[in-house]
Amino acid sequence: MVSFFNYAIKILPDMLSGAWVTVQLSVVCITVGIIFGMVLGVLRVYSSKFVYWMVTAYVEFLRGTPCLLQLFFIYYGLGDMGLLLKPILAAGLALGINTSVYQAEYFRGAIQSIKPGQMVAARAMGLGKWQSVRYVILPQALRLVIPSSSNEIIYMFKYTSVAFAVGVPELLAQADLTGSMNYRYFESYVVAAIIYTLMVFFVAKIISIIEKKAYVPGLQLAQ
Amino acid sequence: MATILEVKHLTKRFVDNEVLKDVSFELKKGETLAVIGSSGSGKSTLLRCLNHLSKPDTGEILLEGVDINGPGINLNTVRADMGFVFQDFNLFTHLTILDNVMFGPLRVRGQSKQEAEEIAMEEIKRVGMVNKIKSYPAELSGGQQQRISIARALALKPKLILYDEPTSALDPELTGEVLSVMTALANDGMTAIVVTHEMGFARSVADKVIFIDQGVIVEQGDPKEMFKRPRHDRTKLFLSNFVNLE
Repeated sequence: MVSFFNYAIKILPDMLSGAWVTVQLSVVCITVGIIFGMVLGVLRVYSSKFVYWMVTAYVEFLRGTPCLLQLFFIYYGLGDMGLLLKPILAAGLALGINTSVYQAEYFRGAIQSIKPGQMVAARAMGLGKWQSVRYVILPQALRLVIPSSSNEIIYMFKYTSVAFAVGVPELLAQADLTGSMNYRYFESYVVAAIIYTLMVFFVAKIISIIEKKAYVPGLQLAQ
Repeated sequence: MATILEVKHLTKRFVDNEVLKDVSFELKKGETLAVIGSSGSGKSTLLRCLNHLSKPDTGEILLEGVDINGPGINLNTVRADMGFVFQDFNLFTHLTILDNVMFGPLRVRGQSKQEAEEIAMEEIKRVGMVNKIKSYPAELSGGQQQRISIARALALKPKLILYDEPTSALDPELTGEVLSVMTALANDGMTAIVVTHEMGFARSVADKVIFIDQGVIVEQGDPKEMFKRPRHDRTKLFLSNFVNLE
C-alpha cells in the first residue's frame, strides 16, 4: 500500500499533465459538438426538404461509422492527402464532429418538444422565422437539452481517451507511458481511473450547477 | 371615423373543406367587432387569415387602405401592427412577465432596452399586473397569463388587436378579469376583433357583431339589434342557446 502511494506520487506530475490535456481536448470537442449539434438540430427541424436530407444523410453517415475510424480518417487519411493536423487538433475535430451528431438528435428532440404555440406567437408578433428560432426556440431548447446532452458530454469526456491512438499525450496515454517505463501498469491504470472518476464527478457537478441556474418554472420536458 | 380594416371576398379552403366563403366586412378605427358562431364555423380561421398566420386563398385584406398582400409589403410589419391574443396565451415560457412584454418593443420594433422597459411597464400597469413582473408565465393563473398576453400585444403599439377566443381556456371565475381588461381597452378606443363565445361581452361591449356559420357571414350589424331581433333563422337558432344570458 505504501509502495502504491509512493509510486502514485511519483507519477502524479505526468498523470496530471495528461489530465490537463484530457480537459483541453474535452473542452474543444464538447464545444464543437454542442455548436455543430445545435446548428444541425435546428436545420433538421426548420430548414427546407433539401437541407433536411443533407443533414440527415450526414448524421446517419457519422452515426454509422466508428469514432476511431473517423479519427484515423482525419489524422492519417487527411494527412496522406497533404492536410496534416496536429494530433490534438485532429482529435478535437474528429471527436467534436462525432459527438455533434448525437447532440443534434438531442437538440432536435428538445426543439420538437417545445409547444408549437411558442413559434406561432413569435411569428404573430412580426418576428421572422430565424429570429423566432434565435429568440424563442433556442433559449428554450438549450434548457430542455441539458439532461440528455449532459450524458453525452460526460461520455465524451471519457471517450477523449481514444486520442491516445494518434499520439495525443492525454491521461490514458500518460498512464500507459508511466506504466511501461516503470513496469507498473496496474498501478498506473488505477491512478488514471481515480483521476478520471474525480474529473467526471466535477464535470457532472458543473452541469448540475448550470442546470439549476438555467431553471425556469414550467420549462421542462413533458413526459 | 376612418376605416382601418377592409376585408373583401376572403376565401380559404383546407384540402376539400371550404372554411371561409366570400367573407367581406369592414371595421372603423376604435370599433370593437365581435365574431360569433359555433365551433368549427370558421371564426378562428378568419382571424388567422387576417394577419396571414394562415394564408387565405383569395380575397383582399386592406389595413388602412393598403393591401397587406401587395408588392413591397413586409408581412412581419403587418403582423406587428395587428396584435394577436391566443386562446392558450402562448406567453414565452422562458421569459419573465416583464421580458415577455418587453419582447415586442425590443426584438420586433428594435427599440432600446430602456424604451422597451418603459413601454412594457406602462402596459403591465394597464392590465394590473405590476406585482408579478419578475414571475414566469407558469407561475400565473390562466387569467393573469391572458392579461399579460394582452399587455404583450399592446406593447407593440398595434393598429388593432385580434383576440382568438381569449377566455375559452379559462375557468369561468377567471374570465371576468380578462373581459374587464378588454372592456377598458375598448372604452379607451382600441380597435379590436374578438372571436368569442361570451355573448354578454359581444352584446354590451362590441360596436358590431358578425355571425358566421359554415364559413359564411350570415348576418352582421349592431349587437343590440341582432341579439334582440335576429333576422335569419340560423342566427336565431344559434342565439337561442344563450337565452339564459339575456
